[in-house]
Amino acid sequence: MQNSSDDVHWKRTTRLMLVHLFIWFFFGYIVHMFVNYLNQFTIPILKFPLGFYMAAQGSLIVFVVMLFVFAWQQDRIDRQHGVAEDD
Amino acid sequence: MAVQSTSERAEFMRSLGRMYGLYTGGFLAFIILLAVMEQAGVSNRILGYLFVFFTLAVYGIIGIAMRTAEVSEYYVAGRRVPAFYNGMATGADWMSAASFVGMAGSLFLFGYDGLAWVLGWTGGFVLVSILVGPYLRKFGAYTVPDFMAFRYGGNFARFLAVIVLVCCSFTYVTAQIFGTGIIASRFLGMQFEIAVFAGLVGILLCAMLGGMRAVTWTQIAQYIVLIVAYLVPIVILSTKRYGIPIPELTYGQAIQEITAREQELVRTGLATLCTAANCGATTLKPHIQPFMNYTPLNFFGIIFCMMVGTASLPHILMRYFTTPSVREARVSVGWSLLFIFLLYFSAPAYAAFSKLEVYTNIIGRDITQLRPWLFTWGELGLIKVCGKDAINLDAAIAACKAIAGHPGVLRFQDFNINTDVIVLSTPEIAGLPYVISGLVAAGGLAAALSTADGLLLAIANALSHDIYYNMIQPLRSSRQWLIGLLIAVAVVALIFFLGAAPGPFGLEWRWWSLMGLGALVAVVAPLMRNATEIGRRLIMARALLLLVAVASAALASTRPSDILAMVGWAFSLAMAGNFPAIVLGIWWKRATTSGAIWGILAGWGICLFYLVTTRYFPQMGINYFGMTSLLNPETGQPLVDIAKIMADPQWMNQWPAVAANPLANRVGWFDLNNINCGLLGMPLGFLVMIVVSLMGKEPPKEMQALVDEIRKPRGRTVLQEKTT
Repeated sequence: MQNSSDDVHWKRTTRLMLVHLFIWFFFGYIVHMFVNYLNQFTIPILKFPLGFYMAAQGSLIVFVVMLFVFAWQQDRIDRQHGVAEDD
Repeated sequence: MAVQSTSERAEFMRSLGRMYGLYTGGFLAFIILLAVMEQAGVSNRILGYLFVFFTLAVYGIIGIAMRTAEVSEYYVAGRRVPAFYNGMATGADWMSAASFVGMAGSLFLFGYDGLAWVLGWTGGFVLVSILVGPYLRKFGAYTVPDFMAFRYGGNFARFLAVIVLVCCSFTYVTAQIFGTGIIASRFLGMQFEIAVFAGLVGILLCAMLGGMRAVTWTQIAQYIVLIVAYLVPIVILSTKRYGIPIPELTYGQAIQEITAREQELVRTGLATLCTAANCGATTLKPHIQPFMNYTPLNFFGIIFCMMVGTASLPHILMRYFTTPSVREARVSVGWSLLFIFLLYFSAPAYAAFSKLEVYTNIIGRDITQLRPWLFTWGELGLIKVCGKDAINLDAAIAACKAIAGHPGVLRFQDFNINTDVIVLSTPEIAGLPYVISGLVAAGGLAAALSTADGLLLAIANALSHDIYYNMIQPLRSSRQWLIGLLIAVAVVALIFFLGAAPGPFGLEWRWWSLMGLGALVAVVAPLMRNATEIGRRLIMARALLLLVAVASAALASTRPSDILAMVGWAFSLAMAGNFPAIVLGIWWKRATTSGAIWGILAGWGICLFYLVTTRYFPQMGINYFGMTSLLNPETGQPLVDIAKIMADPQWMNQWPAVAANPLANRVGWFDLNNINCGLLGMPLGFLVMIVVSLMGKEPPKEMQALVDEIRKPRGRTVLQEKTT
């Protein structure tokens, strides 16, 4: 049942998963570990301290955008390997 | 399941757009109508009732119109909910009373540290989309335990999954019904206990009749109400203050003003700064400074547990079973988070504007000049000035006079506000008409009802589909009777022992419960006898739904404390019990049945143990399991003096510990808050599952082929393949 195209499909899917998982981890955790350092900077005009802003809005925006990009990328992989659903 | 063609689907989308467009317009017209009525002198009380009853009526009508007697409609809304609308429904399903009312309050109180909840409750959707959701959709389950049963071949895995599901959903739903009760009692002046059951009727109307189909279309309507209600007051406030109707951009300025004002308060002696030497409830914690309320471990622990919990909560995962395709399931997660994001990135603005108002117009003012909006909440016991409820100006002045050496100007430590007030009072702070307050109440109600609907449905589906249909019904009829009898005896015994509290009309709750149960059986039994096979299943689902709902309302009416903590527990329990088994089931073909079972037992077991011990049996934890006091994040000192309290028989001999017990929730291992018990459970679950799996034989070839099928979106769902 399993053929090589399916194997490649799953490999690429796994790689995409790891990339997104890393971005998720970076914006979910690593950025906020440096909150004190980032709070030294203030976003011009909006006047938010940067560290606070990242937790209140920045990371959230990244998550939303990421999800749409992921849906698009995964769909592209599925199509290239002929395992996507019919439109 | 009817397969729709492209043009049919486009037509369906268009008609949905028309319907909900019309609905939104109608809702806005309704608000304007009420605003006009207010100007014409209709009383606030009547406006409040109109708001609540009209919105409830609309949900009820949608629920009734969408009633169904078809299995796939009942469980997964016929799998034809478009991504965009499923996103909205998920948003309503997700955002509960804790999000709508409680979140801004936590941000007000905790400042930066409160953002752990905001991050945790958004980032989890990334995990849903890349690790779990689309694969479960391809699998084609009706419930999460369905997946467990097929992947880990057998009803034992199904049974464990049902227990995990019921446990976390029930904890969660109790918090929602509690929230419904608070809102209804505050805005309608109902008695709290009655308000709880009134809210229940609204929930049942739609979940009972039409299952997932009715819940889906109602949740979309509820999302529209709740997001309008959340954004309107804050947009108006931002426009008034800064001239720009986008509060999410303007509150940066408010934060800057807060920081300046905090320094001024400390400089003028109106507040004491929280320092490493002295930090507690009466000291000021700067709004943007991190890790003053949670240690870094607990801060990141909350983020992690809420995120992973999101990807493990059955009532959220099952929303993605309703989309027409795997592709739409993925896109739908994106829409869900976008709709949720709209509320979550506004919550810190609520907190900032309220804090600025409190710091500039309340603290530092002469007591005789307090602003009048305080007193409407003081009357309800939600705002205290100088340690007493601020019922009116005279009471506040008298309370402060009673404190020796009080300067006559309100200091930081003199003022205490219940965090639930932040969102609810914003319309008044901004000086908006009452119609906006009514709108906010309707929004809070929509948030609580929609989440409760989803949760109750998840529980009832698991009981009817997994327990009744898949486990009891296939048995020979003599054994069916035996198991039925055992369950009945267990339920009656449970009611009998737990329901000893006095109820209405001088009758104890247990008698009321048994009478209700008897009535239910009397109605259901004849129906079951005459019904077809499918009919029986749906009748069973509805009867169980009713039972679960009434049980959680009964629990909610006893006012278990702290909503946020209860919701947090639900996430941790879901994470410890479900996450390793679901994720490895999809991503690791080598995962075996015994691995999953031991993994769930170990991970979920340790989480539950930690929770129950630290909350209810802290003495045991200290004496036998080496638990110690949690630490104050700023000073590093223990929160409670264990030796002193252990010497006090009042607390020591209390089994189980009540919420007021100083040890409850304040002991643990590694300074880990019990909200984060998933942090112990999930890694252990993974470890045990992997080790036990590797020790056993590789799963059979057919099972591995099944996993391959799950990974490819194309083709029919795996369950369909197996049953035809």
